[in-house]
Amino acid sequence: MAIAGLATQEQYNYAIIKKFVIMALLWGVLGMLTGVYIGFELAWPALNLDIPQITFGRLRPVHTSLVIFGFGGSALFATSYYVVQRTCQVRLFSDVMADFTFWGWQVAVAVSVIGYMNGFTQAREYAEMVWPVDLLIAITWVTYLIVYVMTLRQRSQPHIYVANWFFVAFILATAILHIFNNMEVPISLFSLKSYSLHAGVQDAMTQWWYGHNAVGFFLTAAFLGMMYYFVPKQAGRPVYSYRLSIIHFWALIFLYMWVGAHHLHWTALPDWTSTLAATFSIMLLLPSWGGMINGIMTLSGAWDKLRTDPVIRFLIVALSFYGMSTFEGPLMSLKSVNALSHYTDWTIGHVHSGALGWVAMISIGSFYHLIPRLWETKLWSTRLVFIHFWLATFGIVLYISSMWVAGIGQGLMLRAFDDYGNLAYTFVESVQFLFMPYVVRGLGGVFFVSGMILMAFNVAMTIRQGYRERAMLDAKLAAKLANA
Amino acid sequence: MKHETIETNAGWLIVLTLLVISVAGLVEIVPLYFIDDTVEKVEVDGKETVRPYTPLELAGRDIYQREGCYLCHSQMIRPFRDEKLRYGHYSLAAESKYDHPFQWGSKRTGPDLARVGGKYSNEWHVQHLTAPRSVVKESIMPNYPWLVKTDLEYIDIADKMRALKKVGVPYSATRQEFDNNVKRFGKEIAQELDINAAEDNLIAQAESKNYDGERDNISEMDALVAYLQVLGTMVDFSKFEDGHFTKFR
Repeated sequence: MAIAGLATQEQYNYAIIKKFVIMALLWGVLGMLTGVYIGFELAWPALNLDIPQITFGRLRPVHTSLVIFGFGGSALFATSYYVVQRTCQVRLFSDVMADFTFWGWQVAVAVSVIGYMNGFTQAREYAEMVWPVDLLIAITWVTYLIVYVMTLRQRSQPHIYVANWFFVAFILATAILHIFNNMEVPISLFSLKSYSLHAGVQDAMTQWWYGHNAVGFFLTAAFLGMMYYFVPKQAGRPVYSYRLSIIHFWALIFLYMWVGAHHLHWTALPDWTSTLAATFSIMLLLPSWGGMINGIMTLSGAWDKLRTDPVIRFLIVALSFYGMSTFEGPLMSLKSVNALSHYTDWTIGHVHSGALGWVAMISIGSFYHLIPRLWETKLWSTRLVFIHFWLATFGIVLYISSMWVAGIGQGLMLRAFDDYGNLAYTFVESVQFLFMPYVVRGLGGVFFVSGMILMAFNVAMTIRQGYRERAMLDAKLAAKLANA
Repeated sequence: MKHETIETNAGWLIVLTLLVISVAGLVEIVPLYFIDDTVEKVEVDGKETVRPYTPLELAGRDIYQREGCYLCHSQMIRPFRDEKLRYGHYSLAAESKYDHPFQWGSKRTGPDLARVGGKYSNEWHVQHLTAPRSVVKESIMPNYPWLVKTDLEYIDIADKMRALKKVGVPYSATRQEFDNNVKRFGKEIAQELDINAAEDNLIAQAESKNYDGERDNISEMDALVAYLQVLGTMVDFSKFEDGHFTKFR
């Protein structure tokens, strides 16, 4: 294995993947710790400590950017570079350009979050980066596109494997979304402050077209790409249905683009736009579940692995959460449900069932598959993976169920009337009601991030073990050569 | 064309993907710029009542964004009975037509602020922003004690107005633009929108209204309260008959 491994290490660019894997774990732990902290700030506002840099309003974009772009983004770079090389059986198009995408991305994430803490923001959710960072991201992203597509074109296989379709769609869509949503005018060349080109209704629409497709392409299509490689690999079974993957790919990328305006139901956005978005949101259930079914059914004939293989558990539970949150999404996009759920913690719970349940779980599962192969050894401890699995699952369940209670509870309180037709509750009474759900949600977060820390430890030990085994092998080889 | 053609050809894959993902934006977003009814006209006695922010309000809005207020407070009242009772008339598209970027928000950890202007006194806002729990015991809002202590930086206020002018906000730089604003908004407001007088106007508003109660400086609190007090006050709904705005929905 060692010699075959050596050949793979030389044939493919693994160094870039290793770097992204390590940064994904680092940003993941940091971002989730931030999430837990701001979660508790809502339960105990004294935790804001009167320090501007760590008040909720400034830390919230730090949390979202670290987990979406730091953790999710780095995980996608890592896995997509791995998948494209393995499925095309060719080395990345350019090592230098790949390295540039690494540094460009990490600098963008680091500069953004330090900026947010110090009040430099565009004030548009998930697109808060100031304009120089937007430019850096645009350049990095175009480089990523070139590396990816050129690698595809140099493939030694006739077919482009399905995982790559999803990655290509994700890279293209993200480029378009990023550029159109960040059209802005800086107040001067030496200021980080800029104003969005669009205003009011049009700005809201563009922003949520971007915002929801950040979910649709960054956090869904790309992670489906991950799923289409790592699930069949780990299960040792072929993809359940090739035909289904074709249908749900085209349907998914077509439909997702329409649904952003369901974030703007009952607002000053014209009704025709949000009705259209709601209609497409309901249709989106079908391709979403197409992906889920295709992933889960890949396990047919190998279901017993769920009992023994914790990595398969991560992957399959991720797909189950994917199915659940893509059912919940269309439900919440119905105008009558949205009237209650919008502006409440139900939305936050929904996001996290997708972000923790689907995105994080599928990444974690893929990483546990990937890491031993990158460092040519076995996982240091499988037992810790089992423990991680239960910590993560338990954490998610606490998180989303407390947010259902919080969101539906608050929604009902705010629309309640007494016998005389007056409002039954003041706003702040509904805030008081949220205290317990906020504490439970925080605990869920603590469970989840504990699992991540455990994973980081396990990975560090695995890497150390990999280096030791390599050193021992080298020593043996040297001794043999000396004897001969 | 067989699907195999796409699977074996990266060029086809890219072109078709681009086509498929472009349709929605073209159908849903582009028309919003061209359909006139998207943003309703609000005029009283031939003058537009929704106006761009004064320099001080604009500086306050930037602080609102810097602190991430939009992450917990929406500025978008929906047409529901409970929201009307709690916050007032539902928000019009016109009311955010000069908002670059929009501040509708997505979560109400605190109440909606679209019509918070004039609801509380300046003193209440200063007290509440500095120490929310001293006025609302159950509040979970962070304290913002630095606002009243920090001098407002307004050296770049004219730059800010110039940038906003580039994206379509009618601040005036020339005589002709000024006259145009007089026609649209009336003389008093046109003077506030004059970029050449930006700094003077900012200082004058802060000193005459003295939002934070401190005479000796212009603080970030002055600007933020000036902004909060104008929110939702530009349309006087008593001037319009019931249902006038529903035809734009």
